[in-house]
Amino acid sequence: MPVDDSSRDAGRDETGSDPVGLSRRQFLTAVGVAAAGVLAGCSPETREAFLQKYFRELSPEELELRAARLRTAVHARFGKDVQMSTLAAQPGVSFAYALDLSRCIGCRRCVYACVKENNQSRHPQIQWIRVLEMAKSKGIDFKDANPYYDPEKVPDPHHFYLPVACQHCRTPPCTKVCPVGATWTDPDGIVVIDYDWCIGCRCCMSACPYGARHFNWTTPHLDGAELNPDMHVLGNRPRPRGVVEKCTFCVHRARKGRYPACVEICPVGARKFGNLIDPEGELSIILREKRVFVLKAELNTEPRFYYFYGI
Amino acid sequence: MGPIKFAATVTRYALRGSLAYWAWIGFLLLLVAWGVGAYLDQFREGLVVTNMRDQVSWAFYIGNFTFLVGVAAAAVVLVIPAYVYQWKPIKEVAILGEILAVSAIVMCLLFVVVDMGRPDRFWHLIPGVGHMNFPRSMLAWDVLVLNVYLVLNLVIVTYLLYCGVQGRSYNASIVVPLIMFSIPAAVGIHTVTAFVYAGLPGRPYWNASILAPRFLCSAFCSGPAIMLILFQILQRTTKIAIKDDAIWKVAELMAYAMFLNLFLLGAELFKEYYSNTEHLVHFQYLFAGIAHHRALVPYAWTFVICGVLAFLLFLIPATRRNVITLNIGCLLIYASVYIEKGMGLVMPAFTPDTLGEIYEYTPTMHEFRIGAGIFSVGFLVFTLLCKVAVPILTGEFAARRASGTGAAAGG
Repeated sequence: MPVDDSSRDAGRDETGSDPVGLSRRQFLTAVGVAAAGVLAGCSPETREAFLQKYFRELSPEELELRAARLRTAVHARFGKDVQMSTLAAQPGVSFAYALDLSRCIGCRRCVYACVKENNQSRHPQIQWIRVLEMAKSKGIDFKDANPYYDPEKVPDPHHFYLPVACQHCRTPPCTKVCPVGATWTDPDGIVVIDYDWCIGCRCCMSACPYGARHFNWTTPHLDGAELNPDMHVLGNRPRPRGVVEKCTFCVHRARKGRYPACVEICPVGARKFGNLIDPEGELSIILREKRVFVLKAELNTEPRFYYFYGI
Repeated sequence: MGPIKFAATVTRYALRGSLAYWAWIGFLLLLVAWGVGAYLDQFREGLVVTNMRDQVSWAFYIGNFTFLVGVAAAAVVLVIPAYVYQWKPIKEVAILGEILAVSAIVMCLLFVVVDMGRPDRFWHLIPGVGHMNFPRSMLAWDVLVLNVYLVLNLVIVTYLLYCGVQGRSYNASIVVPLIMFSIPAAVGIHTVTAFVYAGLPGRPYWNASILAPRFLCSAFCSGPAIMLILFQILQRTTKIAIKDDAIWKVAELMAYAMFLNLFLLGAELFKEYYSNTEHLVHFQYLFAGIAHHRALVPYAWTFVICGVLAFLLFLIPATRRNVITLNIGCLLIYASVYIEKGMGLVMPAFTPDTLGEIYEYTPTMHEFRIGAGIFSVGFLVFTLLCKVAVPILTGEFAARRASGTGAAAGG
């Protein structure tokens, strides 16, 4: 190991050094040795976690090692055995989502199903889906939207409901701005984040036009009993403090051919999910049969998340 | 003289001072400790100790950062006439501008670090070791240019001091190209910082091509405003000879910059208010408030009124040459640009947020303490560098060295 060699060198240099002080080279060597010493004192897991490699450059073996380390870390934190999928985007898959605004009743079941499925922090609360209540007389108008509506029962006759989460843009403004490349679009169209690479600068949150990105302002808290053990490295594994998270189309489900949790829970069938490349897939049929639109089309983000009026 | 001896000499010089000097240093160190205490809380608890939330995800730290990038960039206001045109009165004080730039960049980098959710992962930004998203990410560009600018100014300052300590004149073929390069670099840091904001289509308050020019104009007001006050302090507390001509010339340049700054602001206000699109809401929040959300309104009008008054004071030769009105003008400009390029730039962009929600932000005591600590670090850097630079500039150092060691002191 080169680290060990330099540590011996530094020892020799220091004993023979000039009493005036350390030369720059000696100083840098000493700093390097001190840093190496601190890291050597840590457990191998901590060392690997700190001096990790960039996710997208991991070999398949290294990716498995990463998943194993993350599984151990979750076990240590929650006392629970979990699966940590590393399943990559499947060939011939291009995901998209459609939401029928004429059906949505604003019950927020999708919000809570998402929180449970994706191991979001319960305290403080983090929610990836935000349902906006809008006046029927105004149409889609964010300026007067109310995310904190709380009527006796939904739907309110004068309002309609617009759920918003990550739009999985084809030209995402958020991934472009990330200074360390901690967020990117996988080949199946899902925009993902490596929580272990994110530096927490929150540039992506400024860039996102849909308020889809959420920050862990403090250590996220949830009970081990509530933990969903079906995890993905780029998805719903528990997040550390100080990083950004968001909807992943339930990557741990979607890549295994399952619906995202929000689609399954929706009591009125307003949420549709599928593979655009499959001509008989749900999304292909909707795009063929219905007239769809996207939010903030003028920003040219080209979302994979479509809205339509089914009835 | 080797680098170690140079460092030792310079350190000895920085450590020799009057009671007032040490009281000032002690006061700054106390503030730094106060800030460090708050930062330790933030490091332990997370950024939850601030009032930033998902709706307003950048605030006090990033506002201060932006303002200080302007201060750092403004060193060129002094450098251009001093070195390019060989204009005598400013030349002797240009080095102080560079020292200010170094101090401001140190503060900028600290404000970025305290704003990071994971400062332990800063090395992810280093190309080779980490993974810098260059050239796509404007923030990556910003990190790059800020560090280049810091190193550049440090090299110039250190080299000039090194020559000064040795009592020889500097080598123009080394210094002039470096200084020539620092001019576009200064424009670069502020332009790139503006592009970090202007490149975000989801934030119409920032997504304007006028943003970078506005950044440069306001920087050419705020940076010199601080310099003018510091020059006058140095005029009174040290033997450094700063000619009144130099101060008046800088004040005149500031009047032009302030005019452009106000003109560009007016152009933007006209466009927003006359066209009256949905983007207007952010300006409404700033200048009139939305319903009962009016936290920024008094500050917004303060920056406009201060800016106009300062412009008038600096435009009229009699008032820019009068020591009282000159200093009032400097304070007005400083206040104006600090509000405009600080909270006035950051808060309205997030209020309302992209989905129309209004979360009204005010900084917490933790944010304020950390900010005060960082400003104190900046003042500390500036004080220590000036402590060394001023006697070198005045020739005091060379004289003492000559009498002390008997060595010939040239330059």
